[in-house]
Amino acid sequence: MNPPRPRPRLDADNRAFWTGGADGNLNIMKCGDCGQYTHPPRQICRHCQSENMAPDAVAGTGEVDTYTINYQPWMPELEVPFVIARVKLDGVPDVILTTNIVNCDVEDVDFGDKVKVTFEEQNGIWFPLFEKHVPNADEGVA
Amino acid sequence: MGLANEAYITGVGQSEVGVRLTRSPMGLTKDAIMEAIADAGLTLEQIDGVASYPGKSHGYLGFSPVGVDEVIEQFGIKARWHFGGGEIPAQLSAIAEAANAVRTGQARHIICYRTVYEAAALSRPDEFPALQRETVDGFSQWTAPFFAISAACWVAQYAQRQTKLYGMTREQLAQVALNATRNAYKNPRARAITKEPLTLEKYFSARMISSPFCLYDCDRFTDCSTVVIVSAGDALDEVSPNPVRIAASAGKVDRWSWDQPELMACYPTGEDLWKKTDYKPKDVDTVQFYDGFAFFPIGWLEALGFCEIGEGHKFIEGGTRIALDGELPLNTGGGQIGAGRLHGFGFAHEAATQLRGKGGERQIPGDPKVAVATSGGGPLAAALLLARD
Repeated sequence: MNPPRPRPRLDADNRAFWTGGADGNLNIMKCGDCGQYTHPPRQICRHCQSENMAPDAVAGTGEVDTYTINYQPWMPELEVPFVIARVKLDGVPDVILTTNIVNCDVEDVDFGDKVKVTFEEQNGIWFPLFEKHVPNADEGVA
Repeated sequence: MGLANEAYITGVGQSEVGVRLTRSPMGLTKDAIMEAIADAGLTLEQIDGVASYPGKSHGYLGFSPVGVDEVIEQFGIKARWHFGGGEIPAQLSAIAEAANAVRTGQARHIICYRTVYEAAALSRPDEFPALQRETVDGFSQWTAPFFAISAACWVAQYAQRQTKLYGMTREQLAQVALNATRNAYKNPRARAITKEPLTLEKYFSARMISSPFCLYDCDRFTDCSTVVIVSAGDALDEVSPNPVRIAASAGKVDRWSWDQPELMACYPTGEDLWKKTDYKPKDVDTVQFYDGFAFFPIGWLEALGFCEIGEGHKFIEGGTRIALDGELPLNTGGGQIGAGRLHGFGFAHEAATQLRGKGGERQIPGDPKVAVATSGGGPLAAALLLARD
């Protein structure tokens, strides 16, 4: 049994990201004016400085950009090994999420693997984890 | 004689380097300062500036236990200029700031120091309590919730990209640690950290930390203080001969993030350094590259144009080119993997030591005149070009 995940402190910038999983949504801040995404989330667009920002429920699919198999138990009772990865999100240019790839053997993760979000809830925080995924015909095109 | 509007390293000093030392952080800082000012031929009365990175870290004292304010008070320094802060490009930027201060006449002789006490602090939690936090915020909220607690996990993903995209092998990566421990073994100050040079067999038998990094690809907590004295070009008649000019510095970051950019900040920083000098990579006699994790020196080699992007691991293959008698000696004092996590300042100390011909058993041949010292990884990056010219 893993220890509790370190808990982000919710604020006006990050609340939609960390709680969107309650509705099944992976929320990334999007600018209503220039249409670009800002992550880590801010209420001011990092591209055009507009304040017309709102969380956008993105597809929740993507691909593994890079990863590492972590062997070191950084906290007491942390179960190892596990995969830490950076995931490029479909339809969300220039945004990377650091996450875990779950529900598969650690040796089965590779660059370019198609993945989709799966949420793990702990005390009101919905941690967006990813699992391997075979896209159907409508998906998988960034 | 030096030129006005130029900055020089005129002395270096270092305390004992150890693990779980009992001498106080201020005591270690004193040892390093006294050695450095004696090396420069100065007295404390002549010091009129103090600089450090990152300033005292109150939440986690082992990381930086001695504040610039405390050094001013402890040593009775009448400081015309001082600086201590973490929101600068990287550790060595404190030395770059000191260089700017003496170039603009704000001080004549500046103590630049970095005192680390991470090993001792862990062993004495009553005196040095561990960082306590109920929640994570700032950048760590984007990594810690996924148990990517250590920078090892963040940097491993850059290294893994080198493995997958460019074919870096663990044998190639291992050359950083093999070279570091071979050189550290010839550095009397590194005895507590490297008791014998690493072998490839031992490297491969070490436990993995975060692939592709094993234990020997990571530096280890160390207790030490390192000091560099930065003097004004028009004050060189006051110091010992053999100064080293700070010919250029750089610290460029395009995105301050450990996970969003494809390349670490060393890449824009390396490119920027050469825009500030007439020197070229071919003029460099030795490089002292930050190696908190073994992949960083590979990144710095590419970033500074010693090889193409994606070729750094091939450059170090076999270890001969980066050895003490190679074409580009790397981390001649052992770096952080071989000589302890001095947190950046050790690279400036060693670069100046080599250029001044004071490397003893580890001195590189050929009367070296130009060196690059760097610090940082991920979004942290600072480079100093040092020249005896």
